Amino acid sequence: MSITYLEAIREAQAHLLREDERVFIYGQDVSGKFGGAFKATKGLAAEFPGRVLNTPISEDAMVGTAIGAAMEGMRPIVEMQFADFSSVALNQILNNAGTQYWRTNIPCPITVRLPSGGTKGSGPFHSQSMEAIYSHYPGLVVVAPATVEDAYTMLIDAVAIDDPVIYCEHKYLYYHLKADALPKDRLPIGKARIVRPGRDLSIVTYSAMVHEALAVAKQFSADGIEIEVVDLRSVKPLDTDTVLASVARTGRLLCVGESFPWGGATAEIVARVATEGFHLLDAAPARINAKDTPIPYHPNLWSEHRPNAKSIAAKARQVLAE
Amino acid sequence: MLQTAKRAGDSASHKAVPHERYLEAFRWMLQTRIFEDKLASLYRGGMITGGVYIGRGQEAVSTACGLFLQKGDVLAPLIRDQAARATFGEPLLNVTRTYLGSRQGSMRGRDGNIHRGYPEAGQLAMISHLGAMIPVVVGKLLAKRMKGEEGFVGLTTIGEGGMQTGATHEGMNIAAVEKVPFVLVASNNHFAYSTPNDREFACAHLVDRARGYGYEGHQIDGTDLAACLEVIGGAVERARAGGPPQLVVAQLLRLAGHGEHDDASYVPPEMKKERWAQDCVALTEQLALKNNWLDAEALKQWRTEISAEVDKAVETAQREAAPVGSEEDWCAMSTRELVDVVGE
Ligand SMILES: Cc1ncc(C[n+]2csc(CCOP(=O)(O)OP(=O)(O)O)c2C)c(N)n1
Repeated sequence: MSITYLEAIREAQAHLLREDERVFIYGQDVSGKFGGAFKATKGLAAEFPGRVLNTPISEDAMVGTAIGAAMEGMRPIVEMQFADFSSVALNQILNNAGTQYWRTNIPCPITVRLPSGGTKGSGPFHSQSMEAIYSHYPGLVVVAPATVEDAYTMLIDAVAIDDPVIYCEHKYLYYHLKADALPKDRLPIGKARIVRPGRDLSIVTYSAMVHEALAVAKQFSADGIEIEVVDLRSVKPLDTDTVLASVARTGRLLCVGESFPWGGATAEIVARVATEGFHLLDAAPARINAKDTPIPYHPNLWSEHRPNAKSIAAKARQVLAE
Repeated sequence: MLQTAKRAGDSASHKAVPHERYLEAFRWMLQTRIFEDKLASLYRGGMITGGVYIGRGQEAVSTACGLFLQKGDVLAPLIRDQAARATFGEPLLNVTRTYLGSRQGSMRGRDGNIHRGYPEAGQLAMISHLGAMIPVVVGKLLAKRMKGEEGFVGLTTIGEGGMQTGATHEGMNIAAVEKVPFVLVASNNHFAYSTPNDREFACAHLVDRARGYGYEGHQIDGTDLAACLEVIGGAVERARAGGPPQLVVAQLLRLAGHGEHDDASYVPPEMKKERWAQDCVALTEQLALKNNWLDAEALKQWRTEISAEVDKAVETAQREAAPVGSEEDWCAMSTRELVDVVGE
């Protein structure tokens, strides 16, 4: 048997619907035989009648409704058709979900699934990674699984969390990643994972960029340079301890993110390592992100816009040369 | 279905509301007026940090919004709903605690004034963003239905200004799509802060929108308590009985500034002569006295009792400790182990 990242997301939702009667799925085109723009809910409406609900194209109201239901004791999963459209629901996510517990002491356990990140030909409005915006605001957990196993266990864990969770699933990984089976073990949300040990440079990243970083590490290993790759898994909370421990081993840091360069997860990691682990560094910490333009449509432009194994390798060489 | 209720003086609506109900509502209106006058004077005296927003002139509508709700119902009050909040079970003390900065208020100093909720009585804490509470009410109702509860309704209010947000549109629509027992009471008090109707919307009557959303629509003179009770009470009943969502649009004038910092000098004097621009508390009082439902002595007694309740709520809150920054639990999450720690 083999299971893709996308199938793992579907299986996690099937598991949740089966095990927890408070769970329902709320989103555009998720119901019926159709099962979602990416088929992440395929077959679930038939298996769980009345619990996989199509919504109007009203991202703000979808999340608002989920918030009300969560406050009433349910565990809604909202599927955004693309992460990009969650901008329409920013107000509900940031100002309503994110403030609810702090203001009223009432937990707001919604999970918002964001099909994120770039794929060829998707252009400016179907390619965004929005973890930085959501992480900036208080009251939210923001996760970005990079593997089939994490896609499965982290979605199940996300729904169990009493706070709002933004679950950034990467569209490029949907079909590209396969595992032999669903995982038996899980690493809890909030813990980063060392996916490849090394001694010369730490590349700290998350989501699809983990795989680019692994490709670079493999390539460098042939020349005797050992890169350690840290998969953050959750952007907020950020597992600073694991990052610092890695930098303590390697003395060098390169942060890689697929989203825009101003601020964001990579800047946050650099800031934390600089303030909390300055003495661990043998070279200036570096970061590489997408370019500061909207995400281009054409594959030739798109592949240059985001970091890729080539640009990461070039940056890694710079950090190693220092 | 569009329906325009008649005024209290007209026999039809007169009969529909028994005078005991009318008087009960009047007492809540009077309490609201006396209480909000007190809040305004505390504000002028520099006793309140932040804004004070009162519902002067809107007490009849607001009272009717709270009066027909029952345990298990959902109320999402907005800016000018002191009366609805009180009628549906929020004690005055929670209001004074919030305004006067006691840490014992339901928001514990974390949010203030009208942004308070009172969850134990089914009252949500509004966020400022107008229209945003509509889908939250829908979600509460949807969840109640999923859990197998029956016989509940949700009511929220909005101004004619707030009706123009995208959130209101999405929220009104999704309520109808989900077929939840929902009532939206819109008060057209003719100004959104300083902006008059002609810069807010261009349709002839806001209530006409009801049809477009699949709601039943009703229009009332918001200064006419009997009409408010009959129509808002009727809308709550229709929704509770499984009818479509209900939109009630009340015409009235805000008889105060947007907040107490605002002198409302933009209201043209001639507008104040309109029938719907009169003071609903004064009109209600006159009618109650004229019909001998209440005598002057009893009214005086009410005023004395209410003033004592108000003073007690103020004094109690004033004696209570304020929140302290160094003792505050600076944690926005209920899941402690997932708090992000930024080292120094
Ligand atoms: C989305 C949004 N934009 C702006 C504001 C600032 N604001 C608060 S109240 C208000 C006027 C509201 O007018 P209306 O809805 O008619 O209610 P009223 O104050 O007249 O009762 C404005 C502009 C807000 N709260 N929400």
